[in-house]
Amino acid sequence: MRVFALTIRILRQIVRDKRTMGLLIVAPILVLTMLHLVFNGEEYTPKIGFVDVPDTIVDQMDVDGAAITKYSDEKSAQADLGEQIIDGYVYFENNAPAIVLEGSDPSVAGATMKWLQQPMLSGQENSNAPTLKIDYLHGSSEMGMFDYFGPVLLGFFVFFFVFLIAGVSFLRERTTGTLERLLASPLRKWEIVMGYVLGFGIFTMIQSTIIAAYAIYVLGMMMDGAFGYVLLITLLLALTALTLGILLSSFANNELQMMQFIPIIVIPQIFFSGLFNLETISEWLSWIGPFTPLYYAADALRDIMVRGYGWSAIYMDILALVGFSLLFIAINILALRKYRKI
Amino acid sequence: MEQSNICVSIRHVSKSYKKHHVLQNINLDIFEGEIFGLLGPSGAGKTTLVKQLTGLDTPTSGESYVFQKKMPSLQLINSIGYMAQSDALYEDLSAKENLQFFSSLYGLKGEQQTRRIAEVMELVQLTDALNKLVSNYSGGMKRRLSLAIALLHEPKILILDEPTVGIDPVLRKSIWEAFYELKQNGTTIIVTTHVMDEADKCDRLGLIRDGQLIAVGTPDELKEATNSSTIEEAFLVYGGAKK
Repeated sequence: MRVFALTIRILRQIVRDKRTMGLLIVAPILVLTMLHLVFNGEEYTPKIGFVDVPDTIVDQMDVDGAAITKYSDEKSAQADLGEQIIDGYVYFENNAPAIVLEGSDPSVAGATMKWLQQPMLSGQENSNAPTLKIDYLHGSSEMGMFDYFGPVLLGFFVFFFVFLIAGVSFLRERTTGTLERLLASPLRKWEIVMGYVLGFGIFTMIQSTIIAAYAIYVLGMMMDGAFGYVLLITLLLALTALTLGILLSSFANNELQMMQFIPIIVIPQIFFSGLFNLETISEWLSWIGPFTPLYYAADALRDIMVRGYGWSAIYMDILALVGFSLLFIAINILALRKYRKI
Repeated sequence: MEQSNICVSIRHVSKSYKKHHVLQNINLDIFEGEIFGLLGPSGAGKTTLVKQLTGLDTPTSGESYVFQKKMPSLQLINSIGYMAQSDALYEDLSAKENLQFFSSLYGLKGEQQTRRIAEVMELVQLTDALNKLVSNYSGGMKRRLSLAIALLHEPKILILDEPTVGIDPVLRKSIWEAFYELKQNGTTIIVTTHVMDEADKCDRLGLIRDGQLIAVGTPDELKEATNSSTIEEAFLVYGGAKK
């Protein structure tokens, strides 16, 4: 069958190009590992200065989780603050505590404030206050940023690399004249598109299995649902990336112009994928989300991996992804009419 | 020459892109089993004209018929072999893999496929380089591999766009011998060229200039009619007479 001839050829080309194959598998693994190390590193220890705080108070305080420096006057504390030796200092004005923060890095300022706002005096009130019991519907107290970002990034990498590789290889098909040669053969237009879908589909299956397995079983990314669902979603996402990549490659004249679609088509999708809270995005922009494939894939992947949901929660996302793919496939077949009318 | 059946018939074909007229009212019949040469400078419209016959292009007005069927037609594509001006090859694959891929597109498989691959590679004298990657091929080798691919499915009509560019005279001669052999087996060959000495080897010629077919006939007829000793001179007379 002609479609399989095309599929075999595409797989042969991918396997032959060791470097690109390496990029498709090693690059996501490398970046995920780095993110894992960055986000699951130790918590920041704020460096706080106490200006003229009486020793009796300091002794009563629970100073765990912060590095304390004592100053006798405010001037020396200010100087250290300016050189970023400390992140903030506490002083007393009219017997009430006041705080000055360095403030150039929001995350450092946040960590400092968080520490300063906890009950400062140990033993005070705590003994008779009931302990708050915390239960999690999803996740756990151990869940980190990496577990929340992970599913989105997993989808993003699959989308990004498949989009680029498929787009470039179809672009080459066009610029080297092989596309025209294919259309001078009895190959139908839909067979060309399906051959690409199958060839890259098979490769993506292998690629996403390796990446997802690495993220979940080696890096310990949170995984409450079924592995099969994760693969299904990444495969469907890869198909939309593939068909969109092929489609957009017809608007590019060379590889560099294909790269130019990355900041326009690929990167903006991150903003609507739930990596940032969707409810805080300006209303001027938030309507774009439902038009991006990554929006649905990230939602489904999070439902599966973080919330442990199954079919009933993700079937709408699956429908959306399938819809995108079918739409792009149809446009692709129409676009090929430019080369052969029948 | 003995008159046989018309296998390609081009009727009032014009093609224009916006205001640029690439082909202007071309009328041409090509007979079964002849080697027909389209001669003209680059940019004259040769490629555009042969593309009408491969189904890759459609005329702005007029029709072209292959075996009395209007092009483009998917049924006819199987009986046409096309070698484009650029080598449409997958450089990251070996010659064998390229041949396997294209032959499967034409439905050749198994033993038949292996046999045809060996035959066409023998014909273009590339048998020794069968397993080499195409990226390691020289320009002339790529040209010959493209020709081999066009021959794979034993087409009744062979359309070759500048087939001997970059091929040395010895090989060019052997390729033309291959053309004569194919012609003996009844294949019609349409070949475009801008090399005048190659034109003499064709059964009949069509001189094309600025999108117009300025003369059609056997090389001898063209030379006689213009009282010239070479095709080049004849071309000049036809080209000049137009002014």
